[in-house]
Amino acid sequence: MNIATHYPHEAEIIERCQESPTIFSLVLQLTDPAAAGQYRFTPGQFNMLYLYGVGEIPISIVSDPARPGQLIHTIRDVGRVSHGFSQLRVGDRIGLRGPYGRGWPLERMEGRDIMIVTGGLGCAPVVSVINYILRRRERYGRLVILQGVKHSNDLIWRERYAEWEQQDNTQVLLAADAGGEPWPGFIGPITVLFEHARFNPQQTIAMMCGPERMIHASADVLIERGSRIEDIWISMERNMQCAVGQCGHCQFGASFVCRNGPVYRYPEASELLAKRGF
Amino acid sequence: MPNDNIASGFLPGQDLALLLTALAGQGYRCIGPTVRDGALVYDSLDGVEDLPSGVHIQQSPGSYRVEFNQGKRLFDWANGPQALKPLLFAPRELLWQVERSADGQLRFTQQTPESAPTAVIGVRACDLAALELQDRHFLETEIPDNCYGVRRHQLFLVAVNCTRPAETCFCVSTGDGPSARHGYDLVLDELDDGFIVQSGSARGNEILAQLELQPVSAQQRNAAADATAQAVDMQSRQLPGRNLRDQLFANLDHPHWEEVATRCLSCGNCTSVCPTCFCYRELEQPALDRESSRHYREWDSCFTQGHSYIHGFVVRPDTRLRYRQWLTHKLGGWHDQYGRSGCVGCGRCIAWCPVGIDITKEVSAITAPPE
Ligand SMILES: Cc1cc2nc3c(=O)[nH]c(=O)nc-3n(C[C@H](O)[C@H](O)[C@H](O)COP(=O)(O)OP(=O)(O)OC[C@H]3O[C@@H](n4cnc5c(N)ncnc54)[C@H](O)[C@@H]3O)c2cc1C
Ligand code: SF4
Ligand code: FES
Repeated sequence: MNIATHYPHEAEIIERCQESPTIFSLVLQLTDPAAAGQYRFTPGQFNMLYLYGVGEIPISIVSDPARPGQLIHTIRDVGRVSHGFSQLRVGDRIGLRGPYGRGWPLERMEGRDIMIVTGGLGCAPVVSVINYILRRRERYGRLVILQGVKHSNDLIWRERYAEWEQQDNTQVLLAADAGGEPWPGFIGPITVLFEHARFNPQQTIAMMCGPERMIHASADVLIERGSRIEDIWISMERNMQCAVGQCGHCQFGASFVCRNGPVYRYPEASELLAKRGF
Repeated sequence: MPNDNIASGFLPGQDLALLLTALAGQGYRCIGPTVRDGALVYDSLDGVEDLPSGVHIQQSPGSYRVEFNQGKRLFDWANGPQALKPLLFAPRELLWQVERSADGQLRFTQQTPESAPTAVIGVRACDLAALELQDRHFLETEIPDNCYGVRRHQLFLVAVNCTRPAETCFCVSTGDGPSARHGYDLVLDELDDGFIVQSGSARGNEILAQLELQPVSAQQRNAAADATAQAVDMQSRQLPGRNLRDQLFANLDHPHWEEVATRCLSCGNCTSVCPTCFCYRELEQPALDRESSRHYREWDSCFTQGHSYIHGFVVRPDTRLRYRQWLTHKLGGWHDQYGRSGCVGCGRCIAWCPVGIDITKEVSAITAPPE
């Protein structure tokens, strides 16, 4: 039973966790055993979650693909639908359809060093892949996580970064364009972090998401340092209504982000990313 | 001379009603062009008399006028604001609904629209080309669109070869008209005293066999061919090429985009009348008793602010970026996604643009080699 179609299926909230004042996680289980039994996904893919009487939004799946029966979604309360979700409790029912899109290049990552670059207000699509790597730490080389924010107050979910920093062979670096006190990171654009990151550019697969200008600047640095452009991957965000490649809202050049993305190989997207309006 | 093997024949003008009768006999509801609110629109046909006898249409940038004359012809005009699009991809429709029980359980049901077998009389070559593209978009995909599919599979198409293109038509340059070449069940060539009817499908053959067709004379064939040749000659507008993708993407910063933006109202009329535009938004309508909610879709346009909204950011905040998005997608991205340009040369976006923006002129300006 494929539920990556046009209409939702019922899912129950079986756990809820408040991660920060504005971020919360919902653990969801499809109530129809046939649907739950067939459901498979890969990190980087997303579901359309439906709030009764209000609407649907695209949300990445951040749990482990080895446990497809319990789907974790970490959501930031920003607007109509996400705020409605923030009010729900364990036992409440919502709608779910998915998974949609192309995920991260898991096979290519094996044995390589991994660099994660994110900007803005915390980036769910890369959380899925960080979680995936940390559960299979021995299969990967070094893990470097770079996060840039506008103002140090914008770094939500600090505990998560602190936790990641404790892992073996892992480096976490933070940068804020403007800093308040106390700020454990650097001041400046995210590109200042590359000077402090210990990694071998030729050996690294980079995965990024966040503001498109940041992606560009970071990719430039990586390429200048000797990374291959094919080893850079990005996750994109566009308005999404249908998630099945039909409503046209996620159009990006000649592709639909919901179907051909959200994860792209950087060279597939770099030209248009450099232009406003695509 | 009823004969199962004929693939074409001549139907005298006064016998056109037989075609409608034959279609009705096979269970089809017939719709065709009728004059309403100053334009030709598809509507139910009770009989041949509902068809627009002696009508001419003057179309030019920003203008569409129906004129009546003494002629007897029914199809001696080009097109109305609608192609087949609204018949298949409804402007607004219910996708699914959900019921909530007292204990909060949700039950979702997908809606399949009610649809009756429908025969459309008077389909133009450009409309057929657009239909083929919409089929690719909505049906030839991993997750085909149910609502579109239900209607599509019950459609019988009677095409008409164009004899009098509008001033806004440019289908010769896109390779889509003025004559229908495939994708129809029957096709008509209108002559002064009747129609050459030709079948393009097995279903078409069945209908054709029920008509009392006469053999087509060489003179009639020549008259039809002359009319087509004349229709080709009448077209003065053209796109500067069939594949403009590389030229458009090489000119993303061309100053002409800004120039168009000073005239364009960002109203989205062009995308509504475009027979290939497929964008829609989804919306929710909860019932007042709060026990159920309905989920609809309705046509949307890349010219709206909401189309490219993501939280905290609008990808295309201004008209320049929206017009550029529309054109680079329609004439560029479509080649990669659907194997050809998304423009079929129907000229509707020119006639129905309130300020008369002419796609053929704008594209020529943007892709012209620098002076
Ligand atoms: C592939 C993908 C994965 C995502 N994963 C996550 C995630 O894991 N966690 C998370 O917190 N957020 C994620 N987002 C962003 C999330 O979808 C938006 O924050 C959400 O749609 C905002 O909806 P709203 O109704 O709360 O906000 P409003 O500002 O009220 O938005 C109104 C409507 O606009 C549309 N919309 C607004 N922002 C977006 C957006 N960024 N993308 C698509 N449609 C949008 C939606 O239809 C939304 O209902 C993801 C977006 C995409 C495209
Ligand atoms: S664009 Fe061509 S096929 Fe369409 S109405 Fe005009 S002449 Fe006829
Ligand atoms: S979200 Fe509708 S086409 Fe991608």
